[in-house]
Order: sequence, then structure tokens, then C-alpha cells
Amino acid sequence: MADAALFEFLHTEMVAELWAHDPDPSPGGQKMSLSVLEGMGFRVGQALGERLPRETLAFREELDVLKFLCKDLWVAVFQKQIDSLRTNHQGTYVLQDNSFPLLVRMASGLQYLEEAPKFLAFTCGLLRGTLSTLGIKSLVTASVAALPACKFQVVIQKA
Amino acid sequence: MSRQANRGTESKKMSSELFTLTYGALVTQLCKDYENDEDVNKQLDKMGYNIGVRLIEDFLARSNVGRCHDFRETADVIAKVAFKMYLGITPSITNWSPAGDEFSLILENNPLVDFVELPDNHSSLIYSNLLCGVLRGALEMMAVEAKFVQDTLKGDGVTEIRMRFIRRIEDNLPAGEE
Repeated sequence: MADAALFEFLHTEMVAELWAHDPDPSPGGQKMSLSVLEGMGFRVGQALGERLPRETLAFREELDVLKFLCKDLWVAVFQKQIDSLRTNHQGTYVLQDNSFPLLVRMASGLQYLEEAPKFLAFTCGLLRGTLSTLGIKSLVTASVAALPACKFQVVIQKA
Repeated sequence: MSRQANRGTESKKMSSELFTLTYGALVTQLCKDYENDEDVNKQLDKMGYNIGVRLIEDFLARSNVGRCHDFRETADVIAKVAFKMYLGITPSITNWSPAGDEFSLILENNPLVDFVELPDNHSSLIYSNLLCGVLRGALEMMAVEAKFVQDTLKGDGVTEIRMRFIRRIEDNLPAGEE
């Protein structure tokens, strides 16, 4: 069983690599790299979801799925739970992590705020991918007000 | 069966596959980004090296391993402590060269390749090459070479990494530490 630290090291290096490889510093180029990271997270999230046993997938309602992400998925990936989950009960959920492990090593406060999105893209995809396997189509975005706290916004897409 | 009882096992299962799946997604992406397998191999090695130089600090902080006095000790620590800690496996150490500067790590099971099959058009790809880079980076204090000589993904019975000691790098000692 791979140690949790390995994922973190790999993730950091992936962000660095995908950024270095993209020679286009314009906002358009940046978006490309972010979507590549998000796409990778999506595939991993899908695969993780596919390996869950049948009983797990029998959620009674949408909110149960989100709670699963906030607890089980987050513990599996980040060894902690999401700190707070809010919803408008109309398909929008905000997951708040006050101490997001992939940001913790970077800095506190406002330094490196610009860099933060790169470290969130993969996780956005991960959420979207797991949801997808659980039968839910969504759009996931992330925002950072001050490191290492961040919010993931999940908007459920109706068919 | 209560949901509470299931919770722990699901997390554990997902956790144990997370690295393998993420690594797979990375290799897939690199194969798209680079035109040939050789470039992917180089990139994996380079990324592994960057990880290795940070990993060694994590390792030293978490294990109680002291300074290694020779390459044999280094080999033992790599196989019995480091691999165990990070990948949950203990490779065996074999095929020491007469001069004691080369050995092989034999991995019966390579956790990185769970669920992986190499497609035909990637026969030169060294899928797990990140590992070689990590070993080189972690052993930065001495120059070593690490390369795969057998690979279960290519049909071999085991996975074998050959490690070769090149030289110790003395100038990394901080001033005054002579």
C-alpha cells in the first residue's frame, strides 16, 4: 500500500512539470495546463469510484454522496475530512477545507495566491470524476481567499 | 452491516490505489505530450529525481536510520526500510558485484503496475522509470545509477532494478563539518 506522502510528492511534481512544459504564459496557455491537471484528476476520480463496492454506491440522496466525498474520499486522499459543507439545497455545494494539505506546504496568507489554482485543479477533477462514477454530472471549481484554506464549489448539472 | 463499519475499509482501499492511479494518469499524459518513449522515460526519471531529493528528507525525519557506512548498508536501508515505508513492499537484494559497488533490487510485485498493460506501440516505455529517478535523487549525497533490467510489464517474471555506486559527493558537507 503506497504511503500517503507519495501522492503529495507526485502531485507537487506533476504541477511543476505540467507548468514547465507549457511554454505559453498567456492566460490561454495557463488554462490549458489547468484543464490538463483537472482531466487527470477526473480520470483518477472515476477509477477510484469504479472500485467502490456496490453497497457504497446505494446512496439515498445527493447530499449523502456529497457527505461521502467530504468524509471518506477526503480521508482517503488527504487523511482528514472536509471542514465544512454548505448547500443551497438546489444543487450547489461548497466544501471548505481550512487547511488543505496540498497548499499547507506552500505558505500562509496571501503570498503565492496566484499559484494556488495550479494546486487545486487536480482535486477539482478528482471530485468531478468520483461524482461522475456515482452517476452525478457536475462542474467543480475551487477558490482560495488565503492559504492554506480553500473552497471547492460543486454545481450539479441537471440532465 | 452498518455504514460506520464499512467507512474505514473504503477509505483505506481508495487510499492504497490513489498513488498507483495518479501515476498511471501521469504516464498516460506524458505519452500524449511527448512524441517518443525515450523522452517519456527521461521525463519520468527527471520527475523522480526531483521527488527523490525531497523524499529523502521525509524519510530521514520519519525513520530512525543513522548514517550508512557503506553501500551494503545503503542497500539494506533502501530495501527493508524505505521501500517498506513508502510502497509497502520489501524487495530482495541480490547479485552483488565483486567490488561491492553494484546490486540488484528484485521486486516480485511492483505496486505501480497494478491494472497496467503496455500497449504495443509503447514497447520502449519504461513505465516505472520514476522509481529510478527517485532512487537517484534520494541518494543525491552519492552519485548512483539506477535502471530497470527486468520488468514484469514486458513479460519478465520479476521486476529488477540494478543500482550502481559511482562516487560519494563530498562537497555537500556544510562548511566546518570536515
